[in-house]
Amino acid sequence: MAQWVAACTVDDIEAEDLIRFDHAGRVFAIYRSPEGDFYATDGICTHEHAFLADGLVMGDIIECPKHNGRFNYKTGAAKGAPVCVNLATYPVRLEGSAVLVDVG
Amino acid sequence: MSAGTGMVIIGAGECGARAALALREKGHDGTIDLIGDEPHLPYERPPLSKAVLADDAASATFITSAGDLAAAGITYRPGVVASAIERAQKTIRLCDGTGVAYDKLLLATGARPRQLMQDGAVVAGVRYLRNMADCLALRERVRPGTRLLVLGAGFLGLEVAATASARGASVSVIESQPRVLLRGVPEAIARVIENRHVQQGVDIRCGVKITRIETAPGAATVELEDGTRLTGDVIVASIGAVPNVELAQAAGLAVDNGILVDASLTTQDGDILAAGDCCAFPVASQNGRVMRLESWRNALDQSAVAAANMLGQSMAYDAVPWFWSDQYELTLQVAGLADPALAVVRRDLGEGAFLLFHLDAAGRLVAASGIGAGGAVARDIRLAQMLIARSACPDPAALARPDAQLKKMVA
Repeated sequence: MAQWVAACTVDDIEAEDLIRFDHAGRVFAIYRSPEGDFYATDGICTHEHAFLADGLVMGDIIECPKHNGRFNYKTGAAKGAPVCVNLATYPVRLEGSAVLVDVG
Repeated sequence: MSAGTGMVIIGAGECGARAALALREKGHDGTIDLIGDEPHLPYERPPLSKAVLADDAASATFITSAGDLAAAGITYRPGVVASAIERAQKTIRLCDGTGVAYDKLLLATGARPRQLMQDGAVVAGVRYLRNMADCLALRERVRPGTRLLVLGAGFLGLEVAATASARGASVSVIESQPRVLLRGVPEAIARVIENRHVQQGVDIRCGVKITRIETAPGAATVELEDGTRLTGDVIVASIGAVPNVELAQAAGLAVDNGILVDASLTTQDGDILAAGDCCAFPVASQNGRVMRLESWRNALDQSAVAAANMLGQSMAYDAVPWFWSDQYELTLQVAGLADPALAVVRRDLGEGAFLLFHLDAAGRLVAASGIGAGGAVARDIRLAQMLIARSACPDPAALARPDAQLKKMVA
C-alpha cells in the first residue's frame, strides 16, 4: 500500500546530487538528476554497509563512497563489480515544493 | 578472438575471479578455467582484517557463487596448485600432473605475507593474515583479554590492532619506522590514526628496534633495544607482502618485484598476462614508473583490463591508484601516490575530517588523502582522483575551501 511521506523540499538537493533521508528506522537516498527530476532508492549500498548519500552522483549513476560500486539510481540496477545486487527504488512525486516518497 | 579458444586464469582472488566473470560478460564463448589454491569459493580479502575478524558469526563476502560460476560456464578448480607453465606447449601443469591447455593465460597469483626472519630462519609460532584460514585461526585466538603483539604499523597491522582491540584484546603495535603508516600516508593523517589507537588503549611503539623474538605455543616475547620485554599470547607479523612470481620466473618471464607487464598488462610472452598484486606495471599517473601495488581496487580494475586484452583488445591500464583503510569509526582514503616532498593544501570538512592535496611544482594535482568518520571524505577523494587522472591544476585557494565544490573543477 502506498505510504507517501514528505522527504525534503526541491531546494534541499542540487541538480546531480543526493541527500540522505531517514524514516521510521529506514535510510533512503533522494536524488535530483541533472535534468531536475527526483528519484529515491534505499540509502545503504547492497555490497557493504555505507551510506550512499556520501557518494557521488554522475548523470544517472550513484557511486558508493566506500568501494565505488555503481548503481543507476533511476532503475536501481547494479552496474558492475563489486556490486551485484540491485538497489530498491521508490516512487517520488512533487507537491508544490515538497518532495514526497512512497516508502510503503 | 575466434570461437572456442581457451582462457586459463591462475589465482582465484579478487583479480582472477573478477577476470573470469568479465571474460564471459565481454562475450568470450570458449572455455574459462579458474585455478585457485584455496578450498573456498572466491572471496573478498579486505573484510578479513575488519568485519570477518571482528565477529565470530561473520562469514566472508563471496565474489560469486557456485551456481553463478556454473551458469557462466567457468570451470573453477579450487584447492589446486599450478606447478608449471609450459609455454612452448601453451599448457599449464597442475600439481596432480594434469595439463590444461590455454590460448591466453592470466597470472593473478597475488602475494603472500613476508615472513619474520631471525638468525637466518623463519620465526616459528608467528601468525600472518592473508587468507581466510589465517583470519579464522586468528579470530579463534583473539578473545577478550588476549594479549596481542602486532609487528608492523602499516594498513594491515593497524586494522588488525583496531579490530582485535574492539574484540577486547590488549594490543601492542611495534614499528621500527618513526611513525605509523610511513609509506603512502601523510604524517598529519597518520597522527589522527595513531591518536585514535592510543585513545582506544592500544600501545603503539614506533621507532623501536627489536633485538630478540622468542615464541612458544601460546606465548611470545619481543625484546626491544632499550631492554623492554613485551609479552603476548599471540603474535602477528604484518611486515609487508612478497609477490608470487615463482611460476612466471620458472617459465622464463621477466620478474622485478613482480611479474613485469606493459601498460596492457601483457608479459613479454604475448599470450600471458599478469594482473593484481603479483604484477609490476607502468603507473600512468606516475609518468609510467614501474611499480607494484597491493590494493583491492587495483586488483579489481586490472581484472577488467586484462580480460578485455585477453579477448584481443588493446586497452591500456591507466587508473589512478586508490586505497582505503577502515579503523574504528574512521575511514582513510588516498587517491594517487602521495610524495611527502610535494606542496600540501589542507581542506577541513568539519567534525575532524580533512583532506590533504599534493601538488607538484607545476601546480598539477598528483595525490589526495583524507580522513574522517564514515564516508566524510569519500566524495572529495573520488573527485580528486578524477582531477589527478586529467592532470588538472586546480586553484590551491579553492582546494582549501570546503565550500568550493571539486565537482565544478572536474566539469
